[in-house]
Amino acid sequence: MSQMELIEEKMEERVDRILSCFSGRREELIVILQRIQDEFGYLPEFALIRVAKFLGVPEAHVYGVASFYAQFRFKPMGKNVITVCRGTACHVRGSPMVIEEVKNRLGIEEGDTTPDLRWTLETVACIGMCALAPCVIVNGKVHGKVTPRRIAEIIKAVEGVEKK
Amino acid sequence: MPAVYINGSKVEAKDGATILQAALDAGIYIPHLCHHPDLEPAGICRLCLVEVEGRGIVASCQAQVEDGMAVWTETPMVQKARQISLELLLTNHLGDCLSCPKDNECKLQEVASYIGINEERFKQLRMLAPQFPLDESNPFFLRDPNRCVLCGICVRTCDEIQGIGAINYAFRGFATTIATFGNKPIVESNCESCGECVVRCPTGALVPKNYRKPAKEVKSICPYCGVGCSIYLGVRGNEVVFVRGDKDSPVNEGQLCVKGRFGFGFINSPERLRKPLVKRNGEFVEVTWDEALDLVASKFSQYKGDQFAAVASARCTNEENYLVQKFARAVMQTNNVDNCARLCHAPTVAGLNIAYGTGGGTNPISDIDGASCIFVIGSNTTVAHPVVGTRIRRAARRGATLIVADPRRIELFNHAHVCLQQRPGSDVALLMGMARVIYEQGLHDEEFIRERCENFEAFVESLEQFELDFVEEVTNVPKEKIIQAATLYATRKPSLIIYSLGITEHSHGAENVLALANLAMLTGNVGKPSAGVMPLRGQNNVQGACDMGCIPASFPGYQPVKDGAVRRKFEKAWGCRLSEKPGLTLVEMFQEALKGNVRAFYIVGMDLAYSMPNARMVWEALERAEFVVVQEILMTGTAKFAHVILPGASFAEKDGTFTNLERRVQLIRKAIEPIGDARPDWWITCEIAKRMGATGFDYSHPSEVMDEIARLTPSFAGMSFARLEGAGIQWPCTSPDHPGTPILHIEAFNTPTGKGHFSPLQYKPPAEMPDDEYPLILTTGRSLYHFHLSMTRRVEGLLALHPEERIWLNPKDASKLGIADGDKVKVISRRGEVFTRAKVTEDVAPGTAFMTFHFYETPTNILVNEALCPIAKTPEFKVTAIRVERA
Repeated sequence: MSQMELIEEKMEERVDRILSCFSGRREELIVILQRIQDEFGYLPEFALIRVAKFLGVPEAHVYGVASFYAQFRFKPMGKNVITVCRGTACHVRGSPMVIEEVKNRLGIEEGDTTPDLRWTLETVACIGMCALAPCVIVNGKVHGKVTPRRIAEIIKAVEGVEKK
Repeated sequence: MPAVYINGSKVEAKDGATILQAALDAGIYIPHLCHHPDLEPAGICRLCLVEVEGRGIVASCQAQVEDGMAVWTETPMVQKARQISLELLLTNHLGDCLSCPKDNECKLQEVASYIGINEERFKQLRMLAPQFPLDESNPFFLRDPNRCVLCGICVRTCDEIQGIGAINYAFRGFATTIATFGNKPIVESNCESCGECVVRCPTGALVPKNYRKPAKEVKSICPYCGVGCSIYLGVRGNEVVFVRGDKDSPVNEGQLCVKGRFGFGFINSPERLRKPLVKRNGEFVEVTWDEALDLVASKFSQYKGDQFAAVASARCTNEENYLVQKFARAVMQTNNVDNCARLCHAPTVAGLNIAYGTGGGTNPISDIDGASCIFVIGSNTTVAHPVVGTRIRRAARRGATLIVADPRRIELFNHAHVCLQQRPGSDVALLMGMARVIYEQGLHDEEFIRERCENFEAFVESLEQFELDFVEEVTNVPKEKIIQAATLYATRKPSLIIYSLGITEHSHGAENVLALANLAMLTGNVGKPSAGVMPLRGQNNVQGACDMGCIPASFPGYQPVKDGAVRRKFEKAWGCRLSEKPGLTLVEMFQEALKGNVRAFYIVGMDLAYSMPNARMVWEALERAEFVVVQEILMTGTAKFAHVILPGASFAEKDGTFTNLERRVQLIRKAIEPIGDARPDWWITCEIAKRMGATGFDYSHPSEVMDEIARLTPSFAGMSFARLEGAGIQWPCTSPDHPGTPILHIEAFNTPTGKGHFSPLQYKPPAEMPDDEYPLILTTGRSLYHFHLSMTRRVEGLLALHPEERIWLNPKDASKLGIADGDKVKVISRRGEVFTRAKVTEDVAPGTAFMTFHFYETPTNILVNEALCPIAKTPEFKVTAIRVERA
């Protein structure tokens, strides 16, 4: 299958292709959810309905399991992801102000994605880099000793690269 | 039986009982919250902690008793642990008890007052203001997460009792909540609004809206479908304000559906008819009873004989139905009396009579629990007979094999092992195809066929034409699935067939029934517990209306009018001459009225102008008729055609009996006085008869009518109101000491030879097949939230849950027609057209469309073909060729 064809494959078919690797036992649920999130970056509602039908379990059960685990998300991820640490060290060194700056600049809450799907803001409990607190991960790259001004610059820089 | 010592006293416990059950059974209270006797133990609330010697603290709902076990329920350690569990629960519970609708009935209150709370600590712990928004989306109940203690009773009820799992735990830790799929308002989920969770919720988290506490309760029977759930009507003043299920009833075991539990608003509706009405110059004018009855009596006197026709009501009691046919036969001197069974289960009565000798369902509802295989065909059970539907879901959940055949992808498909989506009208081919597989594979029950049946050879010969290639082509069901279904049905015994109008409402409805009867006999699945054929009768007393002789060819108890000895018995009892000529069936009455042969109608409690096929023909006939009397509780579409409307009493306003789909005769009891000047229907019929000079209509109470029925009807001979107290009796009940007959045909069939009769069958296509001009097949059915037309639309909440008609179209057909979901469309058949909106869904197969007939605004039955089954005279509601256009 060529790259183009893969992109054009309907979303439903992408879900069905994943389901075809499973036998329909209810204990397969979590693995299926992981595969779907790998495919789409999140768990689309229609996919969860299809999974429930496939496994013969109520839709609310699928939702209950999916919402239990922090690894699953119900909204698409932005192209760029900002992960702000709010562990104890980062907190006392000013991560709340960093979060506030990101929220104001992007107009979203924690865990949300901008409507244009460009940015997602996440917070985590600790990323283990307390010596560099407060820490922020932007698209996989760790930035230490971040200030509100610094995070604004990082966001601008990423947007600048994208424009080019 | 294990013996345990609870607080030092010896208690005999049931095998396998938990410590909690054993203690509660012995009258020893252990505080508990998440335990419910109807549900599996869950061990969530940690309040039922006890100390077991040698084991320490255990949750008593999770630990089974063992012989010699020593249990202490109130040691200091237990009390301390309980106290902590209770405090943790109260922390997350809104503490404004006085303004809570569950105040005084709250389990958490009960537990807290038993365990006791530390005032100081409680002050710090309690939640003072609501933290979460309410879910008010359901018209009948409220969800308040601020009062939820996460005991999970609602989750388990929806899963274990109702079998749909509309709600579950979601999120984690402090954020844990009870949520629907996507945490949306409950009304957007697959919740069926049955309210089972609401009645079990221990706190104020789930409460009925607008609840008013009843002052007294009166036992009765639900007035909607033929399941016949036993209910308690909660009465306050002269108003029914609450309904609850009767836990002791073998029919519903306390369960109810959304209509039964919440659909009582029609009883005290301001739209109830309160005075007799006479049409003068095209307007209805209120008159006195004397005026109305005298007018009816004098008019009816002019139409005696076959120019008169009576339509009895499947909503009225057995006694009232008995009186209507007695009135037609004895006073009006005609057998022109029929009821709405003609539109639904007349093929059942005819077909099962031919095959087994009795036109009733063979087994009780509770037999569903014991069946190894359940074959549901032509019945959207969870919608049309919801309480039976949940029983089927529970059986499937417990491991019974469920086979479902329906042209639509109905809800039961989600629980079935084999789903067959046959083309509407192809059932004979499907069932004979299955029979052929069973016969060819040698899976038939030779001994049963040899000993108990006849005409087998002719039947086998007729299997010849049902080669699977042909069956697949006709039914559109893949061969492999037919083989799978046939093999499962024949090998997983006992097997129970459950069917409804998808089988009967065809131009060959009786043959469909015969095909099912054949299949059951072929595998020896009749006359045994959990093995048989169960037709799900539509209305609350449609079984009774037929049993009582409101059919043109039979007296009560299916005693033929043609039989001279029977006729002489009734002539003697009623003191008059009786006609030996079978009367007209329902559709024929109106066809004859159009020709001017039937000129007067007495229509009791049936909205036939909107529930009969080719509705326009019926409207014309009613307009043509010279004198039409309609006896009703509400202004119906039919009543508008009447010359006189007589206001009847609803089921809550009179005594009597209803007979459910398992032939169980059950008492209804007067709970309130009739609304306005309405009168019980039995009184009205008797008054008309008496004013026409007839004798034999002097009854002071319906129980006297039942006594007369018992004297004249062998299958009811042992019945009386006194005996019907409790759970009722299933006919035949032939003497005062006869216990009734839950299962028919155990030793012999009721046919003249005592043998079950096999019928050779042929495939016949529906009367109207799709063509270029009308390319789609319309099949009609029901909604969970409505029952026909007039009653449920007076219940605001039901109307909110299902406010208008939609035509279901497959996405393929819709895109071909350029129709999107929600678009306005015109639906056209050879008989007329209606306007509605489209619902685009894969639940109907390509080429098929679906509509209900619950709305006067969209009179679906204008479209429907009145082609009749030649044996039962039932019209083909299930197959109409239509065309759909954008409007």
